Formats: sequence, structure tokens, C-alpha cells
Amino acid sequence: MWELIRLNKRKSMVLFVIMGIFLVVLGYVVGAAYAGPEAGWGGVAVALLIWGIWSLIGYFSGDKIILKMSGAKEVTPDVHPQLFNVVEEMKIASGLPVMPKVYIIDTPALNAFAIGRKPENCAIAVTAGLLARLNRDELQGVVAHETGHIHNRDVQFMTYAGIMLGAIIIISHIFLRSLWFGAGSNRRFRSKSGGKGGGQGQAIIMIVAIVFAILAPIAAQLMYFALSRKREYLADASAVRFTRYPEGLASALEKLANSKEDMPRVNKATAPMYIINPLKKKGRKVANLTSTHPPISERIKILRSIASGAGYNDYQTAFSKVTGKGGALVPPSALADKEKISIRDASPDADKPKAAKNEKRELGDIMRAVNEYVFMACVGCGLKMKIPPDFKKEKFDCPRCGTANKVPLAQMAAAGVILEGVQEAQKRSKEKEQVYHRKGTEWQSFRCKCGKTLQLSPYFSGSHMNCSNCGRSIRIEG
Amino acid sequence: MLIALIVILVIAAIIIFWVVGAYNSLVRLRNQVKNSWSQIDVQLKRRHDLIPNLMETAKGYMKHERDTLENITKARSKAMSAESVGDKAQAEGELNGAMSKFFLVVENYPDLKANTNFLALQEELTSTENKIAFSRQNYNDQALFLNNKIQMFPSNIIAGMFNFKEAEFFEIEEDAEREVPKVDFGY
Repeated sequence: MWELIRLNKRKSMVLFVIMGIFLVVLGYVVGAAYAGPEAGWGGVAVALLIWGIWSLIGYFSGDKIILKMSGAKEVTPDVHPQLFNVVEEMKIASGLPVMPKVYIIDTPALNAFAIGRKPENCAIAVTAGLLARLNRDELQGVVAHETGHIHNRDVQFMTYAGIMLGAIIIISHIFLRSLWFGAGSNRRFRSKSGGKGGGQGQAIIMIVAIVFAILAPIAAQLMYFALSRKREYLADASAVRFTRYPEGLASALEKLANSKEDMPRVNKATAPMYIINPLKKKGRKVANLTSTHPPISERIKILRSIASGAGYNDYQTAFSKVTGKGGALVPPSALADKEKISIRDASPDADKPKAAKNEKRELGDIMRAVNEYVFMACVGCGLKMKIPPDFKKEKFDCPRCGTANKVPLAQMAAAGVILEGVQEAQKRSKEKEQVYHRKGTEWQSFRCKCGKTLQLSPYFSGSHMNCSNCGRSIRIEG
Repeated sequence: MLIALIVILVIAAIIIFWVVGAYNSLVRLRNQVKNSWSQIDVQLKRRHDLIPNLMETAKGYMKHERDTLENITKARSKAMSAESVGDKAQAEGELNGAMSKFFLVVENYPDLKANTNFLALQEELTSTENKIAFSRQNYNDQALFLNNKIQMFPSNIIAGMFNFKEAEFFEIEEDAEREVPKVDFGY
């Protein structure tokens, strides 16, 4: 397991050095082109300064910026208990030191990403659409893929390489723009260098600089994408090893590939972070040089042709078979320990496809929960009602049966509504919750602590019922 | 003479350093085994706590399945009283078998399957079982490291001197009766 991390670190270093050389050379030629050969090192200094500022921003607030850009919101376990369970399972399977933070992106599109430079401080974000559409095994596969990225230190690499790439792009962009608009710099160097010969030398430097400024970002980008593609395969391999169930990830990827919804708020810089490329629709058959992800059909094919076990060597075998490439995806040293991990069985819920109607309802519920809606059952008929966080009234009528319902106190407090007797109600909320056990399926009546007799409808399916006299919430069981 | 003395001293120092190092790494491994065992234990306890709640919810719906429910209760109390790693593994295996039989029977009770309380408990239980499986893998890895160190030369000398004991593997036997419904995705 550790070989993967070590190898990734080494490769990252190589790429990092090459990109660094690009950055320095770019700085030098741009500086020379602006103000003569002797200003080359000044250009390098400026380039490094830009890179330094970028790094500082990326290091201290990169995570937050990316999360903010994607529209992800941190959630508590009660919004989606299953997601938290699955993340914790993967935390145990991969041996992460801490539980990753969990974010939900409030969109019907299907995608997920992981961020965090260190495994001690990382986060996993999934879309609401993903939660509604995937079953448990598939969700586990996706979360395992993201955990794989964290475990293999891909996120760290992507952050640093992305910063370097950003600096290269910015410098060449500024340079080319300034040529386009500003003749000013040209005039300056001409008056300084004077003679015609110097001007000619400058012209050559200028051409070199222009060519380099155009090519450097492209070359750096291609390298970045090439590594990003390979890391997707590696994360898939890790996911298989963690879950011991390749089919989960395979069928999840299939659903992701077939989804019609577009991912909002994504750009080319954040695209490599997602589990499938959020920018291109309908996975093409071949991965070309500019794609950040390998073709999804190929990833599924590899996962499905894993025959015997769930170790890295099994993924490697399947990878060579499908792609026809002899090259080692997983370093041989990681394969040497001959781990035999058998594939597990499917979860009991895997065979039940969700009905499209339920899926839509679930999606809506998840999005509302993320946005801090409060869910409550109608006192009269048990209809599940969703109250927006900015709802400011104390009471409202049930849209089905017309019974007047009180908005739960926590919700009122959150909405900033001050209400009479809040203190008394809070005191009440501290007392032990009253529980009523249902005795059958017919109409029943029981007494609240305040003495009021309450009727329980056979159609009531909520977990709590509010007393119509004192407003106490009573748990209904059975 | 002096040179011989220095050589002897250096060799003695090397040996002492090696003994200390080997001893420390054995202790570290043993602690890792203990730590990963406690992780399993937490999850096992959680499962034992969840089962009565599940039974309580299911009881009202499954009046004709008294045997299945009783088997689970029995297997649970046996698993809770098991002490050694081997006993625990065996008892948990039996509990696994009883639980999977229960979930097969549940398929015949659509009302129970629609109960939100039951669904939440089922999800918790599934997750806890997964966590047990994953931490079991981790524990067995650590136990293997420790046992290798204890058995292999030259660290076996140190292990023998300080009486390090080999860790028991936590292998849950797959119950022969356990039948997981096969999944057909229709591809």
C-alpha cells in the first residue's frame, strides 16, 4: 500500500521539477524580451514571486476556495446517515487517521470529489443527485474512489501541480496580452538598446519568448492531464481494494456516465478533481491528450473484468488485459506482497432498483435537508411536510387535511422568531421525551403529559407527534 | 590490547542497541495489534447494542418467526460472553449466520420493510457489519506483522527472552447455511 504513495511522491517530484524548469525558463525569456537580455533574471524573480503568491493562496485557502466554487455545503450525519456510515467504513478500510469531513453539493447532477492536502485534514463532497440515484454498494464504490485519491496523496499532488500550472498560464497570458495591447514596452527597449544589431537580437529573443509563452502552458497542461488520467486508474484500483467489490464502482460509473444533468459551477481548473469529468458529456471512446480522465467505458470494462480477487495485482491484470498495455500501472513492489483479498458479496439492497418517482422525492429531500429545511409530520394525517429555514410563522395548515400545525421550536429559533414562552418550552425540551407504543393499526388515543387526550390516526407514519394543547413532541413507536 | 578492548566495546554497544531496537519494535507491534483489536471491539459492541432494538421493532410484525428471533438473541448473548479472540470469532460467525437468516425472512414482511425505524436500524447494522469486516482485515494484517517478527530470526530470540506471545487471528468462519441472494444486474 505504501509503495503507491511513495511512487506517487517520486513522480510528483519529477513533474514538479519539469514544471519548475518551465516556469524559470518562461520567466527568463519573458524578462529578456521585455527589457533586454540582462533583465532575464529579473523576469525569473517576478515569475517565482507570482508562483509564491499563488502557492500561499493555494496552501492556506485552496480547499475553501474549491469547496465554495463547487457550491458544496458541510452537513451533519442526520442529513444523510448512510453517506456518513459509508465514509466511516472507507476511513477504516483505508486506514485514514481521521474521519474526512462530508460535504453535499446541492445539484441533481451525479459527481463527487475529494480535497485536502493531508489525510489528517480532508473532505469528501458528493452531489445530492448521486445520493438519490445510487444504491449502497455504488455509493460505497464512489466514496472509496475518493478515499483512494486522499490515500494515494493525489489531492496533494493536484493542488501543487495545479498551482504551478496556474502560475505558468498567468505569466504567459499577461505577456501575450501585453504584446497585443501595449506597444509601450516595445518602445522602451528600442530606445534603450539603440543600435540596429541590438534590435535584431531583441527581435529573436522576442520571437523565442512568444513561441515559449504559447507552448509552455500547453505542454505543462498536457503533463498535468496525463498524470491526472493515470491517477484515476490508481484511485479505481484502491477503491476495489478498499471495498472488495468492483461491481459497486463499475455500476456507479455507468450511472454517472449515463446521467443527463450538467454539473454546475465547474471549470477546467477544478475538473480533474471530480470522479468523472464534469465538463464533457457522453464519454468518448478514446482518451486524447487533453482529457483529464480516462474514458469511462474503459474504466468500467477494467472493473468488470476483475475476475478473482480485490488486491492491486488483480486490478493490474485486468488493466493490462483491457488496455493491452504492458506497462505497470501499479508499481511491482506493491504487487510483491501477494495479498489475496477475496471479493465480497453484494449488499442486500443491491438488487432493488429505485423507482424513478422515489428517486426524485429523495433527491428533493436531500437538497432540502442540505439547505436546512425542517421535516415534520402533520399532527392530523401524518403527511411529511418540509418547512423552509426562513419560514417565520408560528402555525400553518396542513395542505392535505387542513389541521393547524405548530412549527417546531428549534426551527423558530433558527429563523430568529422570538416567541412567548420560549424559555418554558426549552425547559420542556430538556425533560425526558414521552414515548407512545402503538398497539395495533386502528385509531388509538392516549394521554399527553399535560393531560390532553390525543388521537392517533392509523395513517400516521411520522416518528413524532405534537400535542395540540402544550406542543410537546411525543415519539410514536411501533 | 587497547584496540581489542575498543572492538569488544563497540560490538557490545551494537548488540545492546540492536536488542533495544528489536524490543521496542516488538512492543510497538504489540500495541498496534491491541489498538486494532479495540477498534473491532467497539464495532462488535455497537452491533450487540443494535440487535435488541431491531428485535423490538421486528417483534410486532413477525409473530410467526419466534425461532429466528430467539436464535439471534441466543447467538448474541453467546457472542457477548465470549472472551478470547478465537471464541469471539466463532460466536460472531454464528451471530452472522442468524442475522443473515433473519434478513432473508424479513423479505416476506413488506410492512416491516416499509417501517422507517426498521430501515434506519438495518442501515446501521449493515454499516457496523462492514466496519467489522474492514477493521478485521486491519487487525489480521497487524497480527501477521507481529507474528512474523516473533517467529523470524533473529528477533525471535528477543521475543523468547521477554515472552512475547503470538496474536490470534480473527477469522470469522463462513457459515455453510449462509445464503446471500445472488445479484443479477442484467448486463
